[in-house]
Amino acid sequence: MTTATGRRGEVGIGHTRIPLRGYFGAMLVLLFVPIALLFVFSISENRALTFPIKGFTLDWYRHIPDIEGLLGAARNSLVVAVSVATIATALGTAVTIALLRFQFVGRRALTAAGILPLVVPYVVLAAALLLLFRGLGLPLSLYTVGAAHVVVALPFAILIMVARMIGMDPALEDAAMDLGSTYPGALRRVVLPLMGPALLSAWITCFVVSFDEVALANFLVGTGEPTFPVFLFGQLRYPLQLPSMIAMAVLLMLCTLTLTVVAERVRRRNP
Amino acid sequence: MLGRRGITWAFTLPPAAWLVAFFIAPLVLIGAYSLRSGSGFLRLTDPWELSLQQYQRIADTPAWQYLLVVSLVMALVIAVAATVLAYPLAYFLKFRAGSRASLYLILLLIPFATSYLLRIMAWKLMLGPEGAVNSFLTWVGLISHPLDSLVYSRAAVVIALVYVWIPFAVLPIFAAMQRIERAQLEAAADLGAGPWSRFWRITVPLSLPGALAALFMVFIPTVGEYVTPALVGGSAGLMYGNIIQQFFTRAGNWPLGAALSMIMLGLTLVMVLLALRVVNLRRLAT
Repeated sequence: MTTATGRRGEVGIGHTRIPLRGYFGAMLVLLFVPIALLFVFSISENRALTFPIKGFTLDWYRHIPDIEGLLGAARNSLVVAVSVATIATALGTAVTIALLRFQFVGRRALTAAGILPLVVPYVVLAAALLLLFRGLGLPLSLYTVGAAHVVVALPFAILIMVARMIGMDPALEDAAMDLGSTYPGALRRVVLPLMGPALLSAWITCFVVSFDEVALANFLVGTGEPTFPVFLFGQLRYPLQLPSMIAMAVLLMLCTLTLTVVAERVRRRNP
Repeated sequence: MLGRRGITWAFTLPPAAWLVAFFIAPLVLIGAYSLRSGSGFLRLTDPWELSLQQYQRIADTPAWQYLLVVSLVMALVIAVAATVLAYPLAYFLKFRAGSRASLYLILLLIPFATSYLLRIMAWKLMLGPEGAVNSFLTWVGLISHPLDSLVYSRAAVVIALVYVWIPFAVLPIFAAMQRIERAQLEAAADLGAGPWSRFWRITVPLSLPGALAALFMVFIPTVGEYVTPALVGGSAGLMYGNIIQQFFTRAGNWPLGAALSMIMLGLTLVMVLLALRVVNLRRLAT
């Protein structure tokens, strides 16, 4: 059989001497340096992002409410992302159950339409939706942004849910129905609880997709209240407010980061 | 209670309606707009004159065609670079990280979860003439004048986007490698295959679908980029997406913008169809 050459008592088969651990470490450092710099400059006294750093302060965080529209934009993003995540997860669940449990005309077409937004460049979808809304005379608003975000979040919801449900035995629902449950009852009391972790993971993924999205939102938000990424994109030309913008971005980053780590842990625990 | 047929409708109608209204209808509409003559913000109710005028104009403008080719090449370079740089990371996670793999994976996901705009901005702030890299190098005395070639170029766009996409590209490759059984490698070792031979003849073929998925998951969003070029590319680093954006905003020519969009969409779909002949998406979903 195998020869025991592995370290840590593992039965190994030997490997090349390429220092992959070093490469991984170096890459992590490279990936983290710009983020760390942003954090450093959000607490540095310098107004421009230059060395040497004169001292540290929390003033930029205190000035966040002074920037007109900043908190409003963050709130808009939050409202849009929560709505988008909820709608996309619900629609994604419906598509998944329909795909894996029902036989109907257009089953393949529905699945394909649900996944296809992944392969359409955002600038094209943004332009197309702009034509639709403006063509119909609908005002651009957070609603139009939300409608677009649901479309691009849906493929992620579907892929996560299908990956979970494909391993579930339909006999579970049959058993529930043999015991007197209706089909919706079986879904609610047997299938959905088993899908729980995937539902949460899909919801958080959709939230992050929407919360961070700028290319579609920039087209579809109109001249009214922007989302945070659109606000940030527009403000990047005013360096005077930059440190506070970065401070706010760091705060929001901590929120999405927590969500992502939670989503990943949930997904890992229930593969 | 709902009948079986009623339940099917209840599950399929809402997503189908949403996708028809906000995905299929707009794409059909932009296709129709690209076949209209005229220019400006044409409304739906304005008279429709069908013609190939917009496509003719694109055919007569080599600058746009050039930019399209440049954007396709840039997206390809970025996608290949991100995938090649991500491959050893995924390999390390699967075969070398051992029990700490999930911790390392989360570490890799942290930059990915950080706002994309913020990471692009970080690059701009680092590389700009007044930025952290230049001021740091000046401060420690390595250079006397700031290097201004670091930002506002095509190279800056490529570097920033490769950096943004690396963690994302790891995920599909890692997912494909998860399906490689240790027994397969052990069997190869028993039959006398060395580490390199096992890598090339077992690991690479089995993880290839993941690598191709990563390639396309980076290529598609990148080919339509207009935000990053606007931030770090400057006028020298604009991409095809920027012209589309201009015709839908300041330059205000919807039919022409629609035709430019349709060309990009068509090329992207052709490339995806070609890829689907190689990669089996259904296997990647599990």
